[in-house]
Amino acid sequence: MCTFISLGSSIPNINQLFNALPGNIAQGLIWGLLALGVFITFRLLDFPDMTVDGSFTTGAAVTVIAILNDVPVPIALVIAAIFGIIAGLITGILHTKFGIPAILSGILTQIALWSINLMIMGSANVALSVDNYSLIISARNINSAIIIGLIFCTVIISILYWYFGTEQGSAIRATGSNPTMSSASSININLMKIIALCISNALVALAGGLIAQYQGYVAINMGQGAIVIGLAAVIIGEVIGNAILGKKMNFIARLFFIVLGAIIYYTVICIVLWLKMPADSLKLFTAITVAIFLAVPYIKGNKTSSFKAAGKKSKLIHGGQKNA
Amino acid sequence: MLKLINIKKTFNPGTINEKRALNGINLTLNDGDFVTVIGGNGAGKSTLLNAIAGSWPIDDGSILIDDIDVTGIPVYKRAKFIGRVFQDPMSGTAATMQIDENLALAARRGKRRTLRWGITSKEKKEYKKMLCELDLGLENRMTSKVGLLSGGQRQALTLLMASLQRPKLLLLDEHTAALDPKTAAKVLALTDKIIKEHHLTALMVTHNMKDAIAHGNRLIMMDKGQIVLDISGKEKEKLTVEDLLAKFEEVSGVEFTSDKALLA
Repeated sequence: MCTFISLGSSIPNINQLFNALPGNIAQGLIWGLLALGVFITFRLLDFPDMTVDGSFTTGAAVTVIAILNDVPVPIALVIAAIFGIIAGLITGILHTKFGIPAILSGILTQIALWSINLMIMGSANVALSVDNYSLIISARNINSAIIIGLIFCTVIISILYWYFGTEQGSAIRATGSNPTMSSASSININLMKIIALCISNALVALAGGLIAQYQGYVAINMGQGAIVIGLAAVIIGEVIGNAILGKKMNFIARLFFIVLGAIIYYTVICIVLWLKMPADSLKLFTAITVAIFLAVPYIKGNKTSSFKAAGKKSKLIHGGQKNA
Repeated sequence: MLKLINIKKTFNPGTINEKRALNGINLTLNDGDFVTVIGGNGAGKSTLLNAIAGSWPIDDGSILIDDIDVTGIPVYKRAKFIGRVFQDPMSGTAATMQIDENLALAARRGKRRTLRWGITSKEKKEYKKMLCELDLGLENRMTSKVGLLSGGQRQALTLLMASLQRPKLLLLDEHTAALDPKTAAKVLALTDKIIKEHHLTALMVTHNMKDAIAHGNRLIMMDKGQIVLDISGKEKEKLTVEDLLAKFEEVSGVEFTSDKALLA
């Protein structure tokens, strides 16, 4: 999160904003990975997966504890991703094998992970100093953080683009689009749901592991509202992508715009903080942002087709008798 | 080909909503049989098709396809043998996916989903040819999302998809009921053509007695979860709507009240 030191003046200084922006781009890129995970479940699978708030912290906790125990950073991130896979697997099994509704399965795993994360961490906060360990990404060096973030996003987007074009990836998309048709096409829809949840939470945990390194610590509550931020990035990215590309919006463009959505989200947060909005109200602001971006396409659609407009047109035809 | 031995299914057993949907069904289909299924609302026609497809496990009895007992295997594994077209045009296709992607999914019915490409360029050419034969102009809209198609176009596409991996058994559940009469006739003609071309064994549920008589080589009538009439060959060719109505009233004790059937 970007912070602004007040210089005694109440007028926001534009230089402060520009100085803080690169950090937000770096953060946005990392959160972009989480947003891609959220996109897989929310959009492709049509499964509102609430596991994310838990598995994000799990990824961060596992990474920090592993690095503190002298595990090399890349391996620590792989272990974090594996923990993410397990979290997704549990949500998937709760839903497909035990018939628990999608949202509730995710919430149950999320709640359980709170305790597990505390067990992993040993306390509510664990610091990880870039001075003592060779972290691959840190707020100390923002330029390199942006480059590392870009590399991660590009690699993950390429892998996702390839995977969702394969027979198995197509089967996952079909499962999200029409489960009845998928079963009739001999797709094991329960297995596909579990696979998608595992991939999604692996990405989320990876993002958690990178953010922990970037900020230099893991906190038990850092995942709170992560799902909303991920969703915000997906929606902002899609709204902007559709506005720019229109019908030319394809799958790979969609993935890029989602990462861009995360960057835009963090930039907007930065501007809001720069405007001296109290940091306590950030969650309120996030909720309002997501609501606005969800409402815009709906209201836009209503402009072309609404009862109000139809009523007005109708009045013109018969010259303004009373409405019902 | 298909053998059903004393199939039983009760929904909501032991509750006030208990419904004995299938009450001891015995049916043997020969290779190449095209059977039309008629009956009043709640007679068990759709339930029969769902039982064969494996939408849920049956309570009692056996289902054999080509002497393979499929009673114990779930819907997605049974799909290896079965092609399906549903009553709701939305059910048979993935709306948010492209036309060619839908065909590619159907072409992989009964096969393992690997990490090979979901659709190859060779396939795309084949699909274009097939869509050309449908004569609905879909061959130029291969990359359109299926959600943009009309109900009739979607049913035609679903038929093509269901027969792509030649199924041992084709199940058609009132697949023209949601279409306007002209489109329904077109889709029915296409059904006849596909079944004949690929020499498929098929079960077609319909509310339209005229269609039930005009199509297929065999007709069964269901009532209260049982097969009450099974006519084939010469006898079926001579059948009239009046005969069927009379028979229906005889077995069920009520007049056939479906408007759709009477208006046909």
